[in-house]
Amino acid sequence: MSARLAIHKLIDGRIDAGRIQAFLHGRKFPIVEGTSVTFVWMGHADSVQLRHWIFGLESSNALSRVPGTDLWYLTLEIPPNSRVEYKYEIHRGGHSGWIEDPLNPNRARDPFGANSVLQSEGYEDPTWTNHDPVTRPGAIEPFTFESNALGRRTGHLYLPARFRRSRQYPLLVVHDGSDYLKYAGMQTVLDNLIHRLEIPDMIVAFTDSPDRLQEYANDERHARYVTEELVPDLAARFPLYDQPQARCIMGASFGAVSALSTAYRYPGFWGRLLVQSGSFAFTDIGKRNRRGPLFDRVVEFVNTYRAQPKAVSERVFVSCGVYESLIYENRSMVPLLSATGMDVRFVEARDGHNWENWRDRLREGLSWLMPGPLMFIYE
Amino acid sequence: MTKSLRPAVVLLGAQRFDPSLGAAVSELGVTGRIAIITAGWQEREAEDEELSAHLGDRTVNLQLHARGDALFREDPALRDAHRERQASLRHRQDFYRIRLEHELEADRVICTRTAPAEILAEQVQASLDGIRELDQWHLRLCARIRTEFEARWDLANRPSVVRHRQEIAEILSGCDAVAIAGGHVATLVNRLVLFGIADLVQHHTVFAWSAGAMAISDRIVLFHDSPPQGPGASEILDAGLGLIPGVVVLPEPERRLHLDRKDRVQRLVRRFEPATCLALPARSRITWRDGVFSSAHDVLQLRPSGRALAFGVRPRRVSAS
Repeated sequence: MSARLAIHKLIDGRIDAGRIQAFLHGRKFPIVEGTSVTFVWMGHADSVQLRHWIFGLESSNALSRVPGTDLWYLTLEIPPNSRVEYKYEIHRGGHSGWIEDPLNPNRARDPFGANSVLQSEGYEDPTWTNHDPVTRPGAIEPFTFESNALGRRTGHLYLPARFRRSRQYPLLVVHDGSDYLKYAGMQTVLDNLIHRLEIPDMIVAFTDSPDRLQEYANDERHARYVTEELVPDLAARFPLYDQPQARCIMGASFGAVSALSTAYRYPGFWGRLLVQSGSFAFTDIGKRNRRGPLFDRVVEFVNTYRAQPKAVSERVFVSCGVYESLIYENRSMVPLLSATGMDVRFVEARDGHNWENWRDRLREGLSWLMPGPLMFIYE
Repeated sequence: MTKSLRPAVVLLGAQRFDPSLGAAVSELGVTGRIAIITAGWQEREAEDEELSAHLGDRTVNLQLHARGDALFREDPALRDAHRERQASLRHRQDFYRIRLEHELEADRVICTRTAPAEILAEQVQASLDGIRELDQWHLRLCARIRTEFEARWDLANRPSVVRHRQEIAEILSGCDAVAIAGGHVATLVNRLVLFGIADLVQHHTVFAWSAGAMAISDRIVLFHDSPPQGPGASEILDAGLGLIPGVVVLPEPERRLHLDRKDRVQRLVRRFEPATCLALPARSRITWRDGVFSSAHDVLQLRPSGRALAFGVRPRRVSAS
């Protein structure tokens, strides 16, 4: 018989303020006990809902009030190694609002603000995502670029520590670059992986778009900007390897669509693709996907690709969270990509459509696409 | 008593944190100057103060990495050709790796199948033969590319190269021993070959550790059982200088090899037999002279049984109780 959960031990006894304080004191929230996870909120409310982004579960789950108290709780079964971002929706006096969990200091930020984060049993922040004092940081600088295709573009350029003009470097182009830097800690990740010899010293162009939903949805102008304008400019200014194997383009969500569609428009140019939680919406009949008109051009592109898949790169790393609805589309893409002869690796994680999921997959993806000198260096 | 063919060669484990090189040098009674090669450190080649101090400040750095850069500045035609050759070798390495990964995957699948023992043994052997053949093919290909390059560019007589080789020979004439440090094994072996170091150190005691020990073997095997991108596949890089034939050198086994995985160890040994697979943990060392090993300290030999035993320990048959 399994041990009783902490919340049940509390409820089953006589409840008073002292016992509640003792329950709340010195404990990590949510309470993770094996695969049982208890979400807890303390405060005055008419009702409290857990709001999360786990596809497959009800997106709103009511917390129960411990009778006669302001303590609310909900226990869910969450598989090991999961990351779940969530908020509480508090209803009080005819009003409602979403708040982060005040009992849980663990937050994930994104362009819309921040969410509380549940880390289930077994999940740990990868060490390579944290600042390492012995790692030499690369340099990062903002850039502007006057594009014939798209007008003025902005982004950031990363040069590895110990950059030398006498050497040659591979190039990585990142869609939604500023978000990858801000929310996926990508500079720290690059610094650490390079320091650990797991990826090579590389030059990284973090590109931004002022209208990503338009420009990342299979827009010819964007593909031209990146491939015919940005890369030649960088190649003229920096010692880049001039080989497809040394050119990688990546992105998440719509940025992943853009990475694939750019490679599709320039087959053979981008030898490495890293696509995370790609918004690869498609239809088996008709042209309108359930996701709405924003996806129409994506659907058109993905339907075209699905009808006549072709090898556009050499290696493709695909990752997706199993708690996001796009898992269906991504799982569907993998056999198609593989059938073209491209070398495809697909990785799923118990996570959602968020930046820390994309961060956590960077090591495996980048080191597989562009292995560092780890196999060559024996100190 | 027969005279030794060449002075001793000492292989050592990693020296970075707790060096044992000094003890090895003392043990062989080397009292004169020691030439050091730190080309595997690449641009940090000159940062050899600690190493030099450890050896009693009687070292001279041959600066093969810096010499290589200087040579290529002086001789841009050779530089371009060398760069082209390296790109060509990298391409070949990529294609070899593609084939190898498929061969290893086939081997893995076959090993998990259920079949009559004799059929399984036959098929496992066939897989192994295929992998060994592929390794040999790749080695021959690399050797051919290098030989053609050296002949075409006449390295033995090319003035820009000869001048450096002569300078190195002159430095070595005042040294009793050569110490070859680890680092980037491909960079290191390229510089060693470019400057003809195998011929120049014939009469010197050689101490070599980590990548340095790999580079002086006759077959450089890159390996890592658990790299970040997934299960690792050992692969042949190229031939080394061949100072210690018939030995596969495996430094840093502490973090690169699953020595507790008998199946992996066994496959590694069988893949490279009859060569001796030596794992060199930090502080380990072993001396090679005239084809015979002696003075082994903490060196592990990988055995066909799948066990890694202290070198010199004869494997014992373990009977079921």
